Amino acid sequence: MMLNISLELLLASLMVAATPILLAALGELVTEKSGVLNLGVEGMMIIGAICGFAVAVETGSTILGFIAAALGGAVLSLIFAVLTQVLMSNQVATGLALTLFGLGFSALIGQSYAGLKPPPVPELDFGPLSNLPFVGPVLFQHDAMVYVSIALVAAIWAVLRFSRVGLILRAVGENHDAAHALGYKVVRIRILAILFGGACAGLGGAYLSLVRVPQWTEGMTAGAGWIALALVVFGAWKPWRVLLGAYLFGGITVLQLNLQAAGLAVPVEILSMSPYVITILVLVVMSADRRASLNAPATLGRVFHASN
Amino acid sequence: MIRLERRPSPSRMWTALTPVMAVLATMIAGGIMFAALGKDPVEAIRTIFWDPLFNEQFAAYSRPQLLVKAGPLILIAIGLSLGFRAGVWNIGAEGQYIIGAICGAAVGLALYPLDSPIVFPLMVLAGALGGWAWAMIPAILKTRFNTNEILVSLLLVYVAEQLLASMALGLLRNPEGGGFPGSRNLQQYDAAANLELFAGTGVHWGVVTAFIAVIFAYVLLSRHLLGFQIRVAGSAPRAARFAGVNPAALVVICLGISGALAGLAGMFEVAGPAGQITIDFNSNYGFTAIIVAFLGRLNPIGILLAGILMALTYIGGELAQFMLGVPAAAIQAFQGMLLFFLLAVDVLSNFRLRLGKPEAA
Repeated sequence: MMLNISLELLLASLMVAATPILLAALGELVTEKSGVLNLGVEGMMIIGAICGFAVAVETGSTILGFIAAALGGAVLSLIFAVLTQVLMSNQVATGLALTLFGLGFSALIGQSYAGLKPPPVPELDFGPLSNLPFVGPVLFQHDAMVYVSIALVAAIWAVLRFSRVGLILRAVGENHDAAHALGYKVVRIRILAILFGGACAGLGGAYLSLVRVPQWTEGMTAGAGWIALALVVFGAWKPWRVLLGAYLFGGITVLQLNLQAAGLAVPVEILSMSPYVITILVLVVMSADRRASLNAPATLGRVFHASN
Repeated sequence: MIRLERRPSPSRMWTALTPVMAVLATMIAGGIMFAALGKDPVEAIRTIFWDPLFNEQFAAYSRPQLLVKAGPLILIAIGLSLGFRAGVWNIGAEGQYIIGAICGAAVGLALYPLDSPIVFPLMVLAGALGGWAWAMIPAILKTRFNTNEILVSLLLVYVAEQLLASMALGLLRNPEGGGFPGSRNLQQYDAAANLELFAGTGVHWGVVTAFIAVIFAYVLLSRHLLGFQIRVAGSAPRAARFAGVNPAALVVICLGISGALAGLAGMFEVAGPAGQITIDFNSNYGFTAIIVAFLGRLNPIGILLAGILMALTYIGGELAQFMLGVPAAAIQAFQGMLLFFLLAVDVLSNFRLRLGKPEAA
């Protein structure tokens, strides 16, 4: 059987498919670099998805929508921050609570928004670049958020690697007791990192509901937040590797959707489960590699309490 | 200035008191949420927590439902609590529940219309094995490749959901169902049906198994060496290694038990209250059981009570939906809120609140 899937279309939609999980994974990377494991990415994404969607529909402005999504994600992550940093609750359990609450609460807010169309997100115009054959549609005919997410990768990489802020963040994540002894406010820094992670996850969620799908349905993130968490492990806590992982994953998603549409003689369910199965396989390969797992921040998931 | 001082060991009084405080706080916050939705908060809370048990009109229907809903929640939560205590995070019980249901139903459907007392026990066995096998995937990946069991077990839920859809539309579809998705109804197949054992109580084999699991877990944790190892591995991993605990074996055992129990819960559900395999047969019991496990303080007796309370919010939630038009999602948010408050007040059992400035060290 001939499968006529255009490579050009595949690559062009790859970036759009990868952007939501890339944004969420970048936020989580910063949070984890500070030594905090927030398993609530799924919950923050879906809250971002509905906040962004609702505000964009009400105001007609997608920019306001994205801002609202970032705020929504950050507010939800603030609950996580207070619980884990001030009240010293278990991070795994609190992250799960965030996801369960986020899924329920988003469905509650979203009731009156099902079936609506959001305002369109304009593509950026790169002039002649956009009209280049092949390269144009693949690289230069996307909306601004795609490029924002790539810029964010570069920014996070540069900050973590070259700036004092990045150094302090990493110090807190590697050894919170030493950082505390040096006079850094461990709890305050971690709360800020958690808020950044929440805002990024919110943006990722809004990208799903405003661009990728674009509409609102209950539980529409469908595991994207968990895949973002896996991407951070895949990327060994390095921003550019996370970008690579997100694009690989985006490619797989788009490919399986195309194969479904092309009517390949494989059951739809097998194709639909492939992104999750491949994520698991990738996780296995990465965690079997000892050098990659050594990159994990040393105090990841551990509770900090300044007892004297 | 309030500051926190770590207690040498968790306070027993606060450990018992905090779940009650969390429930009360959730009622208040939930009331505010219902008020924001334009419903009378007092009436909404009463409909959820009081009417299913004591309202003359609904109680006759609601009371048996309490055990029907609590059964799977308790069964799953007991298994999860063993792992959570040992620091093994199986959060994919929903997937193990689905696979248990598929395996149990598949055995029953394969033997249709054989009328033999052996059918139901075989289905029970298949359900437990299915859940166990599904949980062995993260267990083996964890012990062999050090892969994070949280992510793997959770991602497998999505795989299990796709399998469920494929089964309902393909292999297990009712050949006499006129092309509609969904399997034969097991409730109409006497040898396989998991029917109510005592009329009017809602007790079926799943509920009985849940009670047995509670007793089993209680004895295990308080009397058996394995229970000791589970407790010590969770509270002091280093000490556990000196005490001769094999961490890999513990991962396999904890995930195995919780997977088998979740599989059993799924099997009892599909042969009883649900009756058939459908695309959306699963109803989030696997995730709600996580809340139940924490609400019960990871203690078997606590989980029994927490499971019944959580079942009450399900039934009361349905009632509130029907009577007051409270959206179903509000109940889900309500349950999530409960877990937040629980984790928040937990600080009181591990720390002491002190007023005043810290003394210079």
